[in-house]
Amino acid sequence: MSVSNSDVVAQPTSFAFSPDNLARAQTIIGHYPADRKASAVLGLLDLAQRQSGGWLPRAAMDYVAELLEMAPIRVYEVATFYSMFNLKPVGKFHIQVCRTTPCWLRGSDDLTQSCKKKLGIGLHEVTADGMFSLIEVECLGACVNAPMVQINDDYYEDLDPARLEAVLDALARGEKPSIGSQTGRQGSAPANGQKTHAAEGGGQAGE
Amino acid sequence: MPKLTIDGIEVEVDPGLTVLQACETIGVEIPRFCYHERLSVAGNCRMCLVEMEKAPKPIASCAMPAADGMVIRTNTPLVQKARKGVMEFLLINHPLDCPICDQGGECDLQDQAMAYGFDRGRFHENKRAVQEKYFGPLIKTIMTRCIHCTRCVRFATEVGGVEELGATGRGEHLEIGTYVEKALNSELSGNMIDLCPVGALTSKPYAFVARSWELQKTESIDVLDAVGSNIRVDSRGREVLRVLPRLHEQVNEEWISDKARFAYDGLKRQRLDRPYLRRDGKLRPASWTEAFAAIAERIRGVSGDRIAAIAGDLMDVEAMFALKELMGALGSPHLDCRQDGAKIDPARRAGYLFNTTIAGVEQADACLLIGTNPRREAPLINARLRKRYLQGGLKVGVIGPQSDLTYRTETLGAGPETLAEIADGRHPFAEVLKQAKRPMLILGMGALARPDGAAVLALARRVAEACGMVREDWNGFNMLHTAAARVGGLEVGFVPEAGGRDLNGILDGAGKGEIEVVYLLGADEIDTSRLGNAFVIYQGHHGDAGAHRADVILPGAAYTEKSGTYVNTEGRVQQTRLAVFPPGEAREDWTIVRALSDVLGRKLPYDNLPQLRQRLFEFNERFQRLDAVVPANWGAFGANGAVDGAAFRTPIENFYMTDPISRASETMAACTQIYVLGEQGGDEQGMTGTNG
Ligand code: SF4
Ligand code: FES
Ligand code: FES
Repeated sequence: MSVSNSDVVAQPTSFAFSPDNLARAQTIIGHYPADRKASAVLGLLDLAQRQSGGWLPRAAMDYVAELLEMAPIRVYEVATFYSMFNLKPVGKFHIQVCRTTPCWLRGSDDLTQSCKKKLGIGLHEVTADGMFSLIEVECLGACVNAPMVQINDDYYEDLDPARLEAVLDALARGEKPSIGSQTGRQGSAPANGQKTHAAEGGGQAGE
Repeated sequence: MPKLTIDGIEVEVDPGLTVLQACETIGVEIPRFCYHERLSVAGNCRMCLVEMEKAPKPIASCAMPAADGMVIRTNTPLVQKARKGVMEFLLINHPLDCPICDQGGECDLQDQAMAYGFDRGRFHENKRAVQEKYFGPLIKTIMTRCIHCTRCVRFATEVGGVEELGATGRGEHLEIGTYVEKALNSELSGNMIDLCPVGALTSKPYAFVARSWELQKTESIDVLDAVGSNIRVDSRGREVLRVLPRLHEQVNEEWISDKARFAYDGLKRQRLDRPYLRRDGKLRPASWTEAFAAIAERIRGVSGDRIAAIAGDLMDVEAMFALKELMGALGSPHLDCRQDGAKIDPARRAGYLFNTTIAGVEQADACLLIGTNPRREAPLINARLRKRYLQGGLKVGVIGPQSDLTYRTETLGAGPETLAEIADGRHPFAEVLKQAKRPMLILGMGALARPDGAAVLALARRVAEACGMVREDWNGFNMLHTAAARVGGLEVGFVPEAGGRDLNGILDGAGKGEIEVVYLLGADEIDTSRLGNAFVIYQGHHGDAGAHRADVILPGAAYTEKSGTYVNTEGRVQQTRLAVFPPGEAREDWTIVRALSDVLGRKLPYDNLPQLRQRLFEFNERFQRLDAVVPANWGAFGANGAVDGAAFRTPIENFYMTDPISRASETMAACTQIYVLGEQGGDEQGMTGTNG
């Protein structure tokens, strides 16, 4: 996510990996030759973002830079390039609504609208209680089950405003809504019923 | 050697060349924005597309290695269409603000749009606007104009050695900047202005001052350090409006330091534009005749033994030569051009030159820095060291104060003891130097401008000899001077004659009353409080320390206002050229000395510059060999003796203010505030260049 210099965000003054994460970081670094440490930057930034509650403070980027012996600007370049890195605080549940053509044709605009209305926030904003934040993203690769959203690490597919609201309500209550298709379809099987005879009993598995 | 066909012409090129370079060897011009021969290849602008046989689509010639049997076409309709397309895309987000853009007239984008572009735009949406960035007091940014060639980023990272600039965001949101707001801390930053192919990075002090076609361009030499960078002085009327680098592979390549580029506003301020005479304790304007008469009167009857002269850092060879002859005629043996008191041995040329040569640095594989901070004293020599370092295998050891030189260094010690250990082979770095194929050392003024300087010099010579630095094919002994005038002064012999006093002796003598008259030829960096009651003649161009102490001021010309010979730290003889006339009644320096000699009844035997130079050539024929570096013979120099334990110091604390010109410059003052004193600036936040 691109953040221009004027976006002023309250930044923590320091950052360091927890012992667990430091161990994980060392493993990731170990995947690469010693003089190519910088290759570990994506993995480490991801760890840092998780540890910081879903966003990357500048202190965390500087810390990663130091750990990998890179110039900080090289880390900023990476972090600003990938939309998966958030450079401003996000909610406990970070909603990413896919808006690329397949999802859009199947009603992604309505999803965004209903989120905005339900949560009372606009894009790139966080609810007052810090529970939800909302952004729009490009294709997340689940077009067959469009429209869909990603919330933190999970995909919720085959949505319409009501189903998405149900998911959000469940999350707000502290429950764990089932992930994947919200209409109960299996995998990416056709949305409107079976198209083969196999499951009618006539065929055999593997045909 | 690969053989390829370009536009039907068969060429054989050196291996490792790209298609673009191969085209250049036969004079086929390929338009480009991101490619630059001194930077790594980025291949991101696509302006250099050419057609290659058997390739399904045009290729980026800057990134494609030339290979045997390639058939390249650069003048087909396909290539023309590709260029038009690239130009059209580049111009989608580029503002059409050429009338208010400082790059206008010398803009690659403008020129190439004319030569290769489409004749109209088909983009009717809104263009994007990008916030201006703060790059410090030297560089003005209008980032909306940026075409993301990343030349500036690569320059800062590769040549400048300050990895602070980058491209953040992506696609439409890609922006060039430091991300974290800060002034770019490089003494070479101004070169990014030249590199930027558009008007995104322009000179802040020169903003809206002139159009390039209005300027008178004069090829000259920079004198604000001892590198002798080749420059072009752009002027209009009587004013120098900017300074740009000129290509010289052996010296400055195509870069110059920020001081060389931006100190020119100091040429307008605090100038001495008429003679002054001290009357009743106050300096009052006078005429040349009055000033000369006052000198003649004071000198009359004073024996030569009680007269002395000191030459400063910016003086040309001609003036020093003339004054030396005048002092000789007056019977004075007391002259010195080493106004910092450095214990340079004038007797042995190899002992005061940068013998390796600047370009030779690229062959070294181990380097010992002694009492020098090349980044501050000679940024371009430092850039060479970094260039060599990036090629791998250069080990650098430092004796003296530590600082970031933009490459990895090893601290060996603080003062002469460490040097002695290396000379005796008792220090591990001695082994590094001995193992190296081409070891070198750089001896700075921080190690010489001290009481035991002569002994340090002798120690450094021992190191050079003990570590195999001096051979038939290689001389690794280098002295790094900080003043453009120094080597020239040594070569004309502006040093104490037999029985004469050196700088310290002169100042002591003046304090004690043994020296009655002191002639300061542009000498401002001496301790003027030690001059006692001496009658001080100051000849120079700025109202700096020397002028304040003077009894008579003779206004001279700055380096942009005269044709003067300078010898750089390598011993390379170069000449400045007159770009503008000296202000007011100021005169070229040698003519002042010549005129004074007449009044004193010791008329020097030349009436014009060619005559003076002829005599100079007779004195030392090397001055005739412009741009040549004449190797010097090795031999003994320095003086064996005791060294004291004091640590070497850095001769230059503030890179931006080292001489009367840069001290008078407001731009250099702003740099001092931000880079040396650490204050923050920045006032353009939020603007995009579209704010009207
Ligand atoms: S600022 Fe200039 S040099 Fe830097 S990327 Fe943009 S166009 Fe290129
Ligand atoms: S378009 Fe939404 S997942 Fe591909
Ligand atoms: S010059 Fe080749 S891509 Fe820019």
